[in-house]
Amino acid sequence: MKVSFGVRVLSMLSALTPGLAFAEWNLNFTPASTLLGAEIQAVHDLVMWIIVVISIVVFGAMFWSILKHRKSVGHKAANFHENTTIEIIWTVIPIVILVAMAFPATRLLLATRDSSASDITIKATGYQWRWGYEYLDEGVKFYSTLATPRSQIDGVTEKTSTYLLEVDNPVVVPVGKKIRILTTANDVIHSWAVPGLAVKQDAIPGFIRDIAFKAETVGTYRGQCSELCGKEHGFMPIVVEVVSEEDYQSWIQAKLTVAGAPSFDPNKSYSVTELVAAGEQVYNANCVACHQAGGVGMPPTFPAIKGGKIATGSIQGHLDIILNGSAKNPMMAAWGPILSDMDLAAVIAYQRNGINSTGDFLQPADIAAARSE
Amino acid sequence: MEAAHDHNHDHHEPTGIMRYVTTTNHKDIGSMYLWFSFMMFLVGGVMALVIRAELFQPGLQVVEPEFFNQMTTLHGLIMVFGAIMPAFVGFANWQIPMMIGAPDMAFPRMNNWSFWLLPPAGILLMGSLLAPGGAGGVGWTMYAPLTIQQGMGMDMMIFAIHILGMSSIMGSINIITTILNMRAPGMTMMKMPLFVWTWLITAYLLVASMPVLAGAVTMTLTDRHFGTHFFNAAGGGDPVLYQHIFWFFGHPEVYIIAIPAFGVISEVIPTFSRKPLFGYASMVYATGSIAILSFLVWAHHMYTVGMPVEAQLYYMFATMLIAIPTGVKVFNWVATMWKGSMSFETPMLFAQGFLFLFTIGGFTGIVLAVTPIDIQLHDTYYVVAHFHYVMVAGALFAAFAGVYYWLPKWIGKMYDERLGKIHFWLSLTFFNVTFFVQHFLGLAGMPRRIPDYALQFADWNMVSSIGAFGFGLSQVFFLYVLLKAIRSGEKAPEMPWEGATTLEWTHLPTPAPYHSFETPPDLRS
Ligand code: HEC
Ligand code: HEM
Ligand SMILES: [Cu+2]
Ligand SMILES: [Cu+2]
Repeated sequence: MKVSFGVRVLSMLSALTPGLAFAEWNLNFTPASTLLGAEIQAVHDLVMWIIVVISIVVFGAMFWSILKHRKSVGHKAANFHENTTIEIIWTVIPIVILVAMAFPATRLLLATRDSSASDITIKATGYQWRWGYEYLDEGVKFYSTLATPRSQIDGVTEKTSTYLLEVDNPVVVPVGKKIRILTTANDVIHSWAVPGLAVKQDAIPGFIRDIAFKAETVGTYRGQCSELCGKEHGFMPIVVEVVSEEDYQSWIQAKLTVAGAPSFDPNKSYSVTELVAAGEQVYNANCVACHQAGGVGMPPTFPAIKGGKIATGSIQGHLDIILNGSAKNPMMAAWGPILSDMDLAAVIAYQRNGINSTGDFLQPADIAAARSE
Repeated sequence: MEAAHDHNHDHHEPTGIMRYVTTTNHKDIGSMYLWFSFMMFLVGGVMALVIRAELFQPGLQVVEPEFFNQMTTLHGLIMVFGAIMPAFVGFANWQIPMMIGAPDMAFPRMNNWSFWLLPPAGILLMGSLLAPGGAGGVGWTMYAPLTIQQGMGMDMMIFAIHILGMSSIMGSINIITTILNMRAPGMTMMKMPLFVWTWLITAYLLVASMPVLAGAVTMTLTDRHFGTHFFNAAGGGDPVLYQHIFWFFGHPEVYIIAIPAFGVISEVIPTFSRKPLFGYASMVYATGSIAILSFLVWAHHMYTVGMPVEAQLYYMFATMLIAIPTGVKVFNWVATMWKGSMSFETPMLFAQGFLFLFTIGGFTGIVLAVTPIDIQLHDTYYVVAHFHYVMVAGALFAAFAGVYYWLPKWIGKMYDERLGKIHFWLSLTFFNVTFFVQHFLGLAGMPRRIPDYALQFADWNMVSSIGAFGFGLSQVFFLYVLLKAIRSGEKAPEMPWEGATTLEWTHLPTPAPYHSFETPPDLRS
């Protein structure tokens, strides 16, 4: 994360040209893939046309008088300054226009808020800073984290076309089905928003809200968290892949198989080098945003792992804060429900033997035992 | 009144810095408000430029994300509470006594205190950057529960808001009392200049809404430190409650910023059109209705929190309703210009810039009022564009118009007309370069308050950043125009503006004497 200022300035200058390769001089909404989204855009167009007409009248009168009624062209000032009829006219006309606008707006609003009779329900939980998804009927559960490497953000490597809009595990839904998204959050307010699907719904800790969409075309739709949620707010994208029904079914099956068979052997005794290597990955994916590369932290907000009291203290205390979160500070979340036994063992090994050198570490089986206590 | 006058006689007055520390004179206090707000404007402007430098192109180049968030937060708070609001209180101090034929404000000592509360608040706001963990990175809206996670800087910001609130409430009480009690004989309510009317209405808005903000931030403070759970669902509270309370203050706040600006514009346009304001009474009623409606629409800032659809419908209709009195005001201004004999000195240029750009901000407001459209645009750059059209091109341009208009009366010297016009054209151009393109970014879906963005947003962001630096430099130029006028401006004629009709121009010499009206003018006729 820390790159010297000089490198940044250089990368800024050098990036001037290639950085723009993907640029599009967008002027309007992202084309919507849902019927409701298309309707919203149609109502927006209607409102814009009304505005164009009003501006022609208002700005027309304004610029006409600027041109014609100026002292320099010898125009003498009239002295009228009141006219009740005209005041009534220009109060009533806007009322009529607004009432005319209110009808399509109301119809549209009622339609967008209808989340009944949905085919699939997915719970989206906002975490600092990733999304967790749970397919309530299918039993599929996973986390979805930014996949853009840090080096692209720091300008060390070339940015790709999906820069900041790519995740490790996208949400996959079938085309033509009504999808209901339940939103909630674990820590602060986030907002689940995907412009191409015309949805945006705040995710509020302690409450569940919902929104629905039905995508008409197969494709990948990208959005971003849309409520300030702390420092990595700009780095928690949402990716929804709309696929055919068959592809969706096979994706669900694949997810269920993965969930059933862990990619590690729960009873194996791993060596410390294996664990530290795996732990570094886990650390960089999950912990580095706060505790920083090398575990130097950002005191006083985020404590250092390097030389940290807990990270060099008793291994049980270390496991406890990672498994259950900090009792004092909600920012240090409970990672037990998020990470697997292997990931937890690995990240502990990395923090104790990669960043620090305490020499001790735990096996996945120890984590499983701690969980069942 | 006689006693107050004796007490203030010139030879009792301390000089140098103590003159300003102890002053109870409405002109000194007005000047201090204006200079303070200009300084804060520059500070907030530098913060905006830090934001725009980081957003110049994709990637993180200039600042870290947490510092970026602190910059947006402080920029918003400083511009709203430190720059725009005190600027218009400065105008109120200078102008209200002169425009209603009064010697000074009703409570001169409280006036001094209202001003001197501001510097400590400003220091707390800026000083929060130095606190461990820095300032709060929560946005000027300070939503819970993100505020719970912040360091000590957050507490400093909360105290700053308390102090600013006290200052605003005292200032408002002073303004209300002055207007209601100290008008010259014959100056009936419906003869007051519109600027005075707009401030009377604004002062009531302030008295009614600032305590609500104080409540919201105090609840945040106790949630942070004293174990309350107002905004914590786990303790039976509700994070959305915070938003309701904040916006119950926040929407009137938008009009607290806009209404005095309407007042300035309603003085400048008639003067330079050489024609009385069209529809004076309708302007007063429109302003009053805007003020009342402003308390009834707050949740249009919260369409995405998941309110019942009936509530969304209500807020949509109520919001559309506000467009009507706002429209009436614009129509009346255009009708004032219609068949006038207009000239375009700098104040009038800024007033025209206001009229054109504020109306555009009003149009995007109508777009945003339509709930399903707002849900698409909420928390995107479209909203950033919208509120800068009403706050920068609205309030700030009106403040520029006011400064150029009244400067001759204040200091007895003229600004350089050519330089003033250059300042206007630079501001107008760069303002639009900066903010017009943000509409496109918002439509394309770029969220606000992000330090880095996807590549499809790159081009317009670069344009916007270039505009922002141009706009910033134009305001440094403004400082030069001001200093030049103060130091070596030509002596102002008794009546620099042919069409001015309010008391400060017709009944007072230029520059205005230290004590405005020692005996009130008699306007009964
Ligand atoms: C959202 C920011 C954040 C993230 C992400 C985060 N932490 Fe923390 N962590 C904290 C904070 C804040 C504390 C201090 C908690 C306290 O004061 O009780 C902390 C404390 C700790 C400590 C104790 C440090 C010490 O020695 O005092 C450990 C160990 C730790 N975290 C491990 C992790 C691991 C492992 C991960 C990734 C799986 C992680 N953290 C991710 C914010 C974070
Ligand atoms: C030099 C002119 C200005 C520039 C370039 C500028 C730029 C910006 C930028 C880039 C943001 C961040 C938007 C975001 O990420 O959400 C912002 C936010 C904001 N600005 Fe300005 N601004 C300027 C002047 C003003 C003025 C005069 C006001 C006065 C009222 C103002 C009020 C605000 C507010 C309230 C916010 C919201 C802060 C938040 O998100 O919490 N700005 N501005
Ligand atoms: Cu966020
Ligand atoms: Cu509002």
